[in-house]
Amino acid sequence: MYRILEKKVLGPQVTKMVIDAPAVAKKAEPGQFIIFRIDEKGERVPLTIADYDREAGTVTIIFQIVGKTTTQLNELNAGDSLLDFVGPLGTASHFDENVKKVAVIGGGLGTAIAYPQAKKLFHMGKEVDAIIGFRNKDLIILEDEMRQNSTNLFVVTDDGSNGNQGFVTDALKKQIEAGANYDLVIAIGPLIMMKFVCQLTKQYGIKTIVSMNPVMIDGTGMCGGCRVTVGGKTKFACVDGPDFDGHEVDFDEAMRRQQMYKTEEAESLRDHKCRLEGMANNG
Amino acid sequence: MAKNMAKEKVKMPELDPNVRNKNFEEVAQGYTEAMALEEAARCLNCKNKPCVSGCPVNVRIPEFIEKAAAGDFIGAYEIIKTTNALPAVCGRVCPQETQCEQKCVRGIKGEPVGIGRLERFCADYAMQHGYKQNTDVTKNGKKVAIVGSGPAGLSCAGTLARMGYDVTIFEAFHVAGGVLQYGIPQFRLPKELVKAEIDGLKELGVKIETNMVIGKVDTIDELKEMGYEAIFIGTGAGLPKFMGIPGENLNGVYSANEFLTRINLMKAYKFPEFDTPMKHYKKVAVIGGGNVAMDAARCAKRLGAEKVYIVYRRGEEEMPARNEEIHHAKEEGIEFHLLTAPLEVVGDENGWVTGLKNIKMELGEPDASGRRRPVQIPGSEYIMDVDAVVVAIGQSPNPLIKSVTPDLKTQPWGGIVAEEPSGKTSIEGVYAGGDAVTGAATVILAMGAGKNAAAAIDEYLQNK
Ligand SMILES: Cc1cc2nc3c(=O)[nH]c(=O)nc-3n(C[C@H](O)[C@H](O)[C@H](O)COP(=O)(O)OP(=O)(O)OC[C@H]3O[C@@H](n4cnc5c(N)ncnc54)[C@H](O)[C@@H]3O)c2cc1C
Ligand SMILES: Cc1cc2nc3c(=O)[nH]c(=O)nc-3n(C[C@H](O)[C@H](O)[C@H](O)COP(=O)(O)OP(=O)(O)OC[C@H]3O[C@@H](n4cnc5c(N)ncnc54)[C@H](O)[C@@H]3O)c2cc1C
Ligand code: SF4
Ligand code: SF4
Ligand code: FES
Ligand SMILES: [Mg+2]
Repeated sequence: MYRILEKKVLGPQVTKMVIDAPAVAKKAEPGQFIIFRIDEKGERVPLTIADYDREAGTVTIIFQIVGKTTTQLNELNAGDSLLDFVGPLGTASHFDENVKKVAVIGGGLGTAIAYPQAKKLFHMGKEVDAIIGFRNKDLIILEDEMRQNSTNLFVVTDDGSNGNQGFVTDALKKQIEAGANYDLVIAIGPLIMMKFVCQLTKQYGIKTIVSMNPVMIDGTGMCGGCRVTVGGKTKFACVDGPDFDGHEVDFDEAMRRQQMYKTEEAESLRDHKCRLEGMANNG
Repeated sequence: MAKNMAKEKVKMPELDPNVRNKNFEEVAQGYTEAMALEEAARCLNCKNKPCVSGCPVNVRIPEFIEKAAAGDFIGAYEIIKTTNALPAVCGRVCPQETQCEQKCVRGIKGEPVGIGRLERFCADYAMQHGYKQNTDVTKNGKKVAIVGSGPAGLSCAGTLARMGYDVTIFEAFHVAGGVLQYGIPQFRLPKELVKAEIDGLKELGVKIETNMVIGKVDTIDELKEMGYEAIFIGTGAGLPKFMGIPGENLNGVYSANEFLTRINLMKAYKFPEFDTPMKHYKKVAVIGGGNVAMDAARCAKRLGAEKVYIVYRRGEEEMPARNEEIHHAKEEGIEFHLLTAPLEVVGDENGWVTGLKNIKMELGEPDASGRRRPVQIPGSEYIMDVDAVVVAIGQSPNPLIKSVTPDLKTQPWGGIVAEEPSGKTSIEGVYAGGDAVTGAATVILAMGAGKNAAAAIDEYLQNK
């Protein structure tokens, strides 16, 4: 059992938890992820390692509440435990020593996944421009953390409610045109956002790394469910990734594959909510 | 006792094909005591015991059957256990027709003795009668690590634990058992039984640490630093092969591993009670002719598919699956398209599978090995109307451990290089066996390799 040591609500749909998992903490690197299971009937769900503390033996996860399992996870509190917690999985992000200036882009919750990357690059002494985008100002997360781990921070919202209207692609384009001269862009967020960032950076010939999040089960390369097409070749995101060269990724295929279980996922969430309401009404 | 000279084996009670293909209950129900006595009486107790040489772990067949024929099923079980750690499993899943039973003299004129069925009966009997194994072992204080909890790892662990070693198994998944858990379906090998066998190992003092992906958490070198004096690698052949034909990444195409893992390990057949989803496809094509393909096809049927096809490029004779599985699959309504090879998975504009384009094959001239190779018949292409495709054309060893253990020698195709029969690898104190060494094989061969490695590890540590 893996104890939840700390729980913090970061936003209306986003929660952070610190988990007691020394074996994972010992080896964790930015870019890697864990897979957890809540209980005996639970599914195996991947989450990025948002942070880790080797000494304390803890791993931090940040998750968005989107369906049954994340709803259930959010119902747990400090002191409760997860049944399974396995990792660190995936290949750690590889940062080229020669890179000088990087744009780290986070779209929505992708910010949580981009955060450890920004932090690592910033501590390596790189110049880091963080560009993070959200639908509206109430959904902004990790603003302080990002500010502390970047040279410049740009926060944009789709509706302009934070006074800075635009998409991350707009902000990125503005910096590039203003002569930012990035050697590398790291883009993490919804597939559609990563696709557009890659279209943009391709025009400018800036190498771009994206983090893929296909549906996974084992996370160790034994099922192939997580396959993505990169440069015309089939890759298993859980072992070959999750980071890939964004200019090579087939985003349309990835978006399609992510939809595979939509109907079942909706049914599962509906069921869970009914059960909760049933309990509330009876008790 | 009078010998039973009937030509045929005592029939195995089985669930009705049209009932069982809608549930996950065990198909073969097992002999009753009376049936077991009757079948045991078919064994002639041959002096030269040809059957024993057909069994990879040399189960003492005539001896255990003699006990069984006398009604001493516990005694029979104890004899089997001296060479086979998982008889309840092997009795169910061994390809007996190419092993022990192939060599049985009764098979010359009629059917061989139902060795597997009797083995299973004795094991089930012992379990049902609360058999307690002797767990007195004198600990020797030496620590051994086992990586992977499939049949190879389990048999290595059990053998070492009985010798007094302090054994810890590290397993990547959240449950132990390897393919016995995630691959072979409930209706062929009930998971309760796998769990009971593993609980037996725990009683012997074997520790099992799940959720430990060796290579990602600790490496082989670090296990040594942690005080494990010898290590056995039994990580299986879990890497799925795809065919590389167009359309393989469409929605609705699965590796058999994914399909079976969702259904067996994650219990997606009980969705939404269990959280892992599985779609209920209407028409499913399964590509391949081995046990894995039969299992996937029969699972697809049980999830409610109206049509399930096996697509196999050679003929039925060449199918590597156990005879019993092929027979059961046919009974359950699985349709076989033999001498047929897939060319392309066809999809709709939203990326969902709508068909499988196949081509018919015929047997051509014998090749260098003397086997007639299937060759395509030009113009025989057709589209099979399906909404899901399961690729069951084989697995190779997972490259994970190798990738972080450069000193570990492997074959070009990924198998770990290990000496026969000891399992000794290129690294001192590190042994390997099972599918990780041989490539996808059988439960009993993996168990045999685990047992042999245990003996070699014992010798190594005694002399160290
Ligand atoms: C490598 C990786 C890292 C991730 N990191 C994070 C993270 O740090 N924070 C975060 O909030 N989310 C992360 N995700 C996504 C997260 O796994 C899904 O949001 C989660 O599985 C949703 O589960 P659910 O039951 O609540 O929702 P559901 O309603 O079941 O699913 C919602 C959507 O999530 C995706 N999803 C569902 N099941 C899985 C699965 N088994 N594996 C992957 N995706 C799935 C699908 O696109 C699905 O449509 C990551 C995914 C991957 C692959
Ligand atoms: C669907 C299916 C049906 C089959 N049917 C039959 C049958 O009827 N009869 C028969 O004899 N054989 C059958 N086989 C083959 C048989 O199951 C295998 O040959 C046998 O299980 C191999 O045993 P093993 O111990 O070598 O490996 P596995 O059973 O594959 O076990 C390996 C274990 O190691 C774990 N592992 C892998 N990497 C790591 C790591 N890095 N760290 C920690 N743990 C790790 C895996 O999670 C797994 O649990 C079937 C196989 C399949 C897939
Ligand atoms: S272990 Fe398998 S091969 Fe050996 S006797 Fe038993 S069923 Fe036959
Ligand atoms: S060969 Fe057949 S009849 Fe002879 S001892 Fe073995 S099982 Fe019995
Ligand atoms: S999740 Fe199974 S291979 Fe990647
Ligand atoms: Mg879910």
